[in-house]
Amino acid sequence: MADSGVPRLAAGASAPAVALLASAFAVATCGLVYELLASTLASYLLGDSVTQFSTVIGTYLFAMGLGSWCSRYVRRHELKLFIRIELIIALLGGGSAAGLFLLFPILDHFRVALYGLVLAIGFLVGLEIPLLMRILKGFDFREVVSSVLTFDYVGALAASLLFPLVLMPWLGLVRTGFMFGMLNAAVAFALLFALRAGGGLLLEKALSVIVLLVLAAGFLASDRLQRFAEVATYQEPVIYAVSTPYQRIVLTRRADDLRLYLNGNLQFSSRDEYRYHEALVQPALARVPDARRVLILGGGDGLAAREVLRHPGVRSLTLVDLDPAMTKLFSRSPMLTALNRGALTDRRTTIVNADAFGWARKARGRYDAVIVDVPDPVDYSVGKLYTESFYREVRRLIAPGGIAVVQSTSPYVAPRAFWCVAATLEAAGLVIRPYHAYVPSFGEWGFILAAPDAVPAAGHVVPGRFLNSATEQRLFDFPPDMARRPAPVNRLDNQALVRLFEDEWSRYEA
Amino acid sequence: MKLSRRMLLSAAAAAAGAAGTGWAFLRRPAQVPGTLGGADLARGHRLREGGFPPPTAKEETEIVIAGGGIAGLAAGWGLAESGLDNFRLLELEDRAGGNARSGRNAVSAYPLGAHYLPVPNQEARALRALLGRLGIVTGEQGGKPLYDPYQLCADLEERLFHNGRWQEGLLPRTGLGGEDRRELAHFASVMAGFSARIGSDGRPAFAIPSAYSSRDPDLVALDDLPFTAWTEAQGWRSPALKAHLRYAMRDDYGCEPEDVSAWAGIHYFASRRSFSANPEGDGDAFLTWPEGNDRLARAMAERIGPRVATGRIVHRVSREGQAVLVDSFDVARGRTVRTAARAAILAMPHFVASRIAPSEVPPDPRFTYAPWIVANVTVDREPAGRGASLAWDNVSATSESLGYVVATHQGPSARTAGTVLTWYMPLSRGAPQVSRRLLLERSPEAWKRIVEDDLLASNPELEGSIREIELWRWGHAMIRPVPGFIWGAAPAARETRPPVFLAHSDLSGLSLFEEAHYYGTSAAEAAMRHLGHRFESLL
Repeated sequence: MADSGVPRLAAGASAPAVALLASAFAVATCGLVYELLASTLASYLLGDSVTQFSTVIGTYLFAMGLGSWCSRYVRRHELKLFIRIELIIALLGGGSAAGLFLLFPILDHFRVALYGLVLAIGFLVGLEIPLLMRILKGFDFREVVSSVLTFDYVGALAASLLFPLVLMPWLGLVRTGFMFGMLNAAVAFALLFALRAGGGLLLEKALSVIVLLVLAAGFLASDRLQRFAEVATYQEPVIYAVSTPYQRIVLTRRADDLRLYLNGNLQFSSRDEYRYHEALVQPALARVPDARRVLILGGGDGLAAREVLRHPGVRSLTLVDLDPAMTKLFSRSPMLTALNRGALTDRRTTIVNADAFGWARKARGRYDAVIVDVPDPVDYSVGKLYTESFYREVRRLIAPGGIAVVQSTSPYVAPRAFWCVAATLEAAGLVIRPYHAYVPSFGEWGFILAAPDAVPAAGHVVPGRFLNSATEQRLFDFPPDMARRPAPVNRLDNQALVRLFEDEWSRYEA
Repeated sequence: MKLSRRMLLSAAAAAAGAAGTGWAFLRRPAQVPGTLGGADLARGHRLREGGFPPPTAKEETEIVIAGGGIAGLAAGWGLAESGLDNFRLLELEDRAGGNARSGRNAVSAYPLGAHYLPVPNQEARALRALLGRLGIVTGEQGGKPLYDPYQLCADLEERLFHNGRWQEGLLPRTGLGGEDRRELAHFASVMAGFSARIGSDGRPAFAIPSAYSSRDPDLVALDDLPFTAWTEAQGWRSPALKAHLRYAMRDDYGCEPEDVSAWAGIHYFASRRSFSANPEGDGDAFLTWPEGNDRLARAMAERIGPRVATGRIVHRVSREGQAVLVDSFDVARGRTVRTAARAAILAMPHFVASRIAPSEVPPDPRFTYAPWIVANVTVDREPAGRGASLAWDNVSATSESLGYVVATHQGPSARTAGTVLTWYMPLSRGAPQVSRRLLLERSPEAWKRIVEDDLLASNPELEGSIREIELWRWGHAMIRPVPGFIWGAAPAARETRPPVFLAHSDLSGLSLFEEAHYYGTSAAEAAMRHLGHRFESLL
């Protein structure tokens, strides 16, 4: 590449010209790297990489055009301005990946920040090239245009090859950002000396040192920054993430697979959630054919509610979920209401945002079916929702002839935990019928039907994608590896389940 | 033009300065807001200075109870339960409850001091009767009381921060040598032996209330020995064991192990035999509530109702014929009221009783008190940490504090957005009067900084989530069971001349709810006996 113009230019005034052309190369490389960073990050965080790359690149080029056009309003001090712009780009671009990662969970309108940043960088890079040409006006115009543009495009090639082959695998998004920011700032710093500009550029020299230091600090702290940006921990592109006072809600999507994570634990995958939710709801409702009043404890995603509302006989559905952010999200987002078929905004549904443990103790109503769909007993707080005391309250809430069903972890992975839930329901005075279903994203999953008197052996199952009256009957068969085994009763003061659950799952996953 | 060295240096300095300021700014956003509270110092000190106006109002009653802590409330409850309704309870503070008082904010109720009650032993009949009346004992099974599971402390009860990890229980499980393990096991077996022992008088060697303990001379002799002298005589040297003993003595007595008697030290480990039909209720189960023992104090105060008068500083007790005259300064009205009664129960710390009624209760320098600082820390999110997840009581092995209890652990909800952590620290290192001065003279800001730093040392993830720190200073939090106190000074002080009776946990040497309740009940029964009022004894 070095043959493409430098020697001839250098024949006139070598050092400054070489420096300026080198900076054209650097500016182009850095600019494209920032653009690629933004596109990659956007498709990583927002999904749909075609759209993200296309819109980010489009925005970037458009902003460059704006910048070029605005360059006409710069009438003097081109060099000074060039240096300053270079430094601003260094800061904005260098910190862009880290900044976007950190901002993502905080901002409601992430796209505004993303495109704002792309616009700003594009605008400044667009300003730079015309300025550079004007700085080099002492040379032959024909050569200047040719050389600057050559370096610009060659730089683009360098960036687009380096980015996927070297930078992403070796440095990662955040560090790449900081490294190219430092390159930008170093070019500015080097130019100041190469051009031996007048004494007016003291401030620029000081600023470039500061910018370099800041970016270097960022480069060194990348690991810590990346740890803050926990989106990196999910397998699939994160499309939504928010921290509520109660939990961290994260939605991811890869192709048609939409997943919900609460505190990092998978709650459903849209590919097979129908298996889980049909298995949770339909066996219970099949056994109370004339169920009118239904209660769901937990289930803020509205997917169990969707299954309940398939029954035309249901007059009212009360859904008690702790987190208003969850029920709001699943009531409003079109993508999610398509999944739960608007179950949370159905006129039969009443949403109560309360802690199920406290709510159940105070509740006075009776329900034909009570569906307990709370998170797995991963800690002592959630563990309270699996205790004998809690199930006694649940029992009180069951209307005569009614039934309850409890999601109760995997009888394959954690058989003692599963049978501990069974023993606890029995200790609370309930008769049980356990069953299990295969949900690919979860594995073999267990549920327990419970009623104060008796649980009918069969009932008419409203046919769904997974269950009908015939397939439902197979769920009640437990092979020896999941068969009942002795397990303690889970009480508030022993929380045996949390220990069993932790023990069995950690051994399975080890 | 070259970049001058000076410029380079100043730029670097500016950058470093900016970064440093930014870091400092981020690290300590601003002083955490909060309040400062404690036993009313002005009222307490006014007692010492005197100068109250002569009585200008008069009232008459059968029995006057001076002091509305647990002992006074238990006395009032005992009278009311026995059908003796004509009594007054005068309380210095604006609220009865003493050490068991609580606070409340938007997040939760929380204790200011005493925060749990072990499930009582079989011998604690009066206390069990109280718990039955309050619905905490819900029934009986096989002759044993059945406790309401919602009021028994939910699991996880305790965790210890040790070697950078949280683990279940209060005894370290990792980093122990063979010698440590042997001594811990030996200690446990010796304590189990004391716990199971029945004295030659048929009483348990160590009972709660302690009045039911055996008087066997070899047991009582343990009271003359410092606890550390006794443990050393057993040959125990393990640092892990020593650290645990120190934690225990500071936890229950606010004292260093060398300052308490061996009898008191052993009592901590060998007196709890929870008598309960609940499946997990045997051994060391306990009852707790978000507001701590104020749940019990308020229930008793409610039963006594309008007979409780708060804001009344009792400053003089005298006799006139068969009657007792109790003068109290009514803070709200600014006047002294003279209450004439046929009997008086002084349900206050011994040092206060001896100040207002020196002829009835001679001052005794052997009564010394441990000062405590308690902080209620409101946080946006629950503490977490590596290892065992959040427990009710969370203790750090390396901290000078006793750690914190979580108010919402026992609350109505399983999961909450924020919580209140009640952080405790007895000032046990120096002489009590020196520590007391430190307690009062150290600025609230300095105390808050200490609390914050201590919490963040074991729970760095709480950084940035501390919303408020409410400090509570207890100048005379606990009677100190120093050698010779429990079986020497205390029994002597219990002797009074009717119709004046004493009631306070001071009289046992152990600052425990059970002791206060026992001496309150016992004073009420003595007063009723003196007045010829028929009652059924619960003792």
